[in-house]
Amino acid sequence: MRILFPVHAGRARIAFVLLLLLSAFCLAPSGDAATPPDAPAVILIQNATVMTVAHGTIEHGSILIKDGKIAEVGQTIKAPAGAQVIEASGQFVIPGIIDCHSHIAAEAINEGSVSVSSMVNMEEVLDPEDINIYRDLAGGVTSANILHGSANSIGGQTLVIKLRWGQPAAKLAFEGALPGIKFALGENPKRSNFSVPGQPRRYPATRMGVEETIRAAFSEARDYKKTWDDYRKRVAAGEKNLIAPRRDLKLEPLVEVLEGKRYVHSHCYREDEILMLLRLAKEFGFKVRTLQHVLEGYKVADELAAAGVGASTFSDWWAYKVEAYDAIPYNAALMTRRGVIVSINSDDAEEATHLNQEAAKSMKYGGLSHDEALKLVTLNPAMQLGIDKRVGSIEVGKDADLAIYNHDPLSAYAVVQKTLIDGRVYFDREKDIANRAEIEKEKKTLTDKLKKSEKKPEQKPEEKKPEQGPKPPAASPRPTAQAGARLGGAL
Amino acid sequence: MKKKKVTRFSSPLYFFNFLCLVCLFGAPAAGAQIQAPSVYAITHAKIFTLAGSPIADGTLVIRDGKIAAVGAAVEVPAGAQIIDAKGLEVYPGLFDAVTQMGLSEIGAVGATVDATEAGSYNPDVVAASAISPSSEHLAVTRASGITEVLAVPASGGFDFGGSRGTLGGQASAIHLAGWTVEEMLIKKSAALVLNWPQIQTQTFDFSTFSRKEKPYSEAKQEYDKQVNELTDWIDRARHYAQAMDKGSVSKYDRDLKLEALASVVRGQLPVLVFANRARDIRSAVEFCDKQKLKMILAGGAEAYKVKDLLRSKDIPVILRPVLSSPPDEDDPYDRELTEPAELAAAGVKFAIASFDNSFARRLGQNAANAVAHGLSYDEALRAVTIHPAQIFGLGSQIGTLEQGKIANILVTNGDPLELTTEVKYLFIKGQLTSTENRHHQLYKKYAERPKAPN
Repeated sequence: MRILFPVHAGRARIAFVLLLLLSAFCLAPSGDAATPPDAPAVILIQNATVMTVAHGTIEHGSILIKDGKIAEVGQTIKAPAGAQVIEASGQFVIPGIIDCHSHIAAEAINEGSVSVSSMVNMEEVLDPEDINIYRDLAGGVTSANILHGSANSIGGQTLVIKLRWGQPAAKLAFEGALPGIKFALGENPKRSNFSVPGQPRRYPATRMGVEETIRAAFSEARDYKKTWDDYRKRVAAGEKNLIAPRRDLKLEPLVEVLEGKRYVHSHCYREDEILMLLRLAKEFGFKVRTLQHVLEGYKVADELAAAGVGASTFSDWWAYKVEAYDAIPYNAALMTRRGVIVSINSDDAEEATHLNQEAAKSMKYGGLSHDEALKLVTLNPAMQLGIDKRVGSIEVGKDADLAIYNHDPLSAYAVVQKTLIDGRVYFDREKDIANRAEIEKEKKTLTDKLKKSEKKPEQKPEEKKPEQGPKPPAASPRPTAQAGARLGGAL
Repeated sequence: MKKKKVTRFSSPLYFFNFLCLVCLFGAPAAGAQIQAPSVYAITHAKIFTLAGSPIADGTLVIRDGKIAAVGAAVEVPAGAQIIDAKGLEVYPGLFDAVTQMGLSEIGAVGATVDATEAGSYNPDVVAASAISPSSEHLAVTRASGITEVLAVPASGGFDFGGSRGTLGGQASAIHLAGWTVEEMLIKKSAALVLNWPQIQTQTFDFSTFSRKEKPYSEAKQEYDKQVNELTDWIDRARHYAQAMDKGSVSKYDRDLKLEALASVVRGQLPVLVFANRARDIRSAVEFCDKQKLKMILAGGAEAYKVKDLLRSKDIPVILRPVLSSPPDEDDPYDRELTEPAELAAAGVKFAIASFDNSFARRLGQNAANAVAHGLSYDEALRAVTIHPAQIFGLGSQIGTLEQGKIANILVTNGDPLELTTEVKYLFIKGQLTSTENRHHQLYKKYAERPKAPN
């Protein structure tokens, strides 16, 4: 069951000693604390069904990885001396899944107090210890577009990360990927589902106002850019003693949008608001990179194709609010057929763990081919995020970001066995399972220690029930954060 | 097409438009069953009866809404409408055991949601009273092969920040087709919802959009208070039931809530207890044991921790979707996915349910994911057919393909749990039922949109 309403709350830090104590161990379901895996110089994955996405499927294929990059793909590749060999007989390799709409690895999602919050940046609240990084890795996800929430017409700055579990925040960023900014249209920015009785409505409260909010912000940004351009021109012309214009952190990212240095990822639902944004973008001469959710995209697919905008949508979500009542599971297929680059995203840490399955549904709903369906969560999101030269397909020279399944990944019975990023095995199901007993033991040691140190008399009667310690029952901070993410961005 | 001036209602175009509208949004929603032959024969099908081994090339005969015969050597009766199902597979229709079907249309729009009544103790309210037979969710859901569901009050959806209450009302088992609720009903009162109280140290305050924390002792006190209140309700209901038995409840003393609870304390109506944490499940089991209530657990995220207790008390479980986040950060990543296999191995009877409306069509997907993590395929199929039927006392009526049972039947081109499988025919109460719905109609409409001018 999914909850519906965005939660603005940032994540409050944990007050409970037990959780603090445990947290160090929570970081590492694979046992060895938060150390990233080794980076073997050479890896050979052999005897697998290799679904390259770009160039068809190779039965009994091999992939040679050198220094984190795909060095060779083919049917018979001999293991070079010293190579680590991954025997994948009966298994299926696909490019690592790319989630074009995620809220994992973030300490906060929504700066919802203002209608233009372009000054805030998700990069500054990255949380490399969010367990959802690991869980999504275990679902074959290797890259994710970490978005601000949808509480404002213009939201915060966003970035693409690789799910390098165990690495510090600074090493999560997808190097070279263009940063983005979140926009949002419709019910969320107009706060139609969040009004509190007695509190005044925040502007904008209608779709008309949403358009004006964005138009006003870009008018300002255009003026601001001109001021700086003039200043730089005069400096270049050799004028002396000039005073630089005052920096405006809200407008700077919008200038980057105008200059094509920052992608716009816009949350939207209804056909009319989608076209509104495309008109507005034309008015100011910028491009919208992706439309997110875009559940009525199928109604204006030709217009999306003509505008060259990417569409990143859900597989089969609907009816959680009015603007999602015309949502249909055929959306991805209909847009694909009209020439739109389409991806299926998660907007939710749990949903991300089975994006392969969500993509598969487009074969049933609208008749996409196996390859087209697989592209929805690999090459297409890579193109949408401008990282397709690096990831999204299994091709020589690309990053060795791969997911290995025990069945055809477009089946509900497929389970991820290994996930590689940059040629390192960041998730290994066998190892994960093998380490569980050890983690349980560590957890018990710590819990026992804590229980011994507990002196509060009021909790004595509860001792017969082991988990009735001071631990909050259903609301440990992570699940709350999850809910926040689910909500916050979401929907 | 130019419109001529004609009076609105006499225009032939108006009637045509009306027809289109009906086709688009009206007709298939509720009934979806037209006057049809009363005898059908599905022939040459691979039949999975779930009451014996699959029949490789079998015939299934439907007469007057029931399964008249099923087997390899069944004769096709004269006059039967024949459905040649060569290459197709036949299964019992799927049963989603926790939904808000018919009670909630658009989650965010309160006016369309009748899922949760105000107040904490509503044992007398019944889902069937508020089920909308025209809900689009019914048509969309049955297109995924689900033929019957439990509509469960106070079980989900967004309740505008309020609590779901402790005694949430009575759940109704319904077919996913029928022109009226009466036609849809399988069992009006199948269970009473009990949302087990939780010790909540953290709550979310929707008026300020912020999290509030309170000390454990305070939260525990509130929890105890709720359990005491609940105990009091049950005690009063027991006295009331005794008075009813003695005929000493006059019409002036009639208490609708206690009257509704009487069948619960008599052990006739099971309580569907929503609890996820092991601690809560244990408390609920202890409570129901002491009060001699027939318990069905719903949710059960940590049921695996108390599987022996559940087995020993013979308490069945309606599991929440396995496609859910594990409850704790340090749980194994596949904690939810492996739980069905673990419960099956321990001998606990369970069903898998969606706990939702929009996501009801992920029922098969959830069952398949449990198979991917160790549950046998047979058990998975049972968890979404005969097990929920048995758990709610409907095992003799539905859930398998056996002679005499209600003909809720699914004909597919393959494994009904797999993502890409298509439903070819659907029978509800022995009638061929449309799988058309708003989604498919919008699909067709926009697939045919002429290319937009550039």
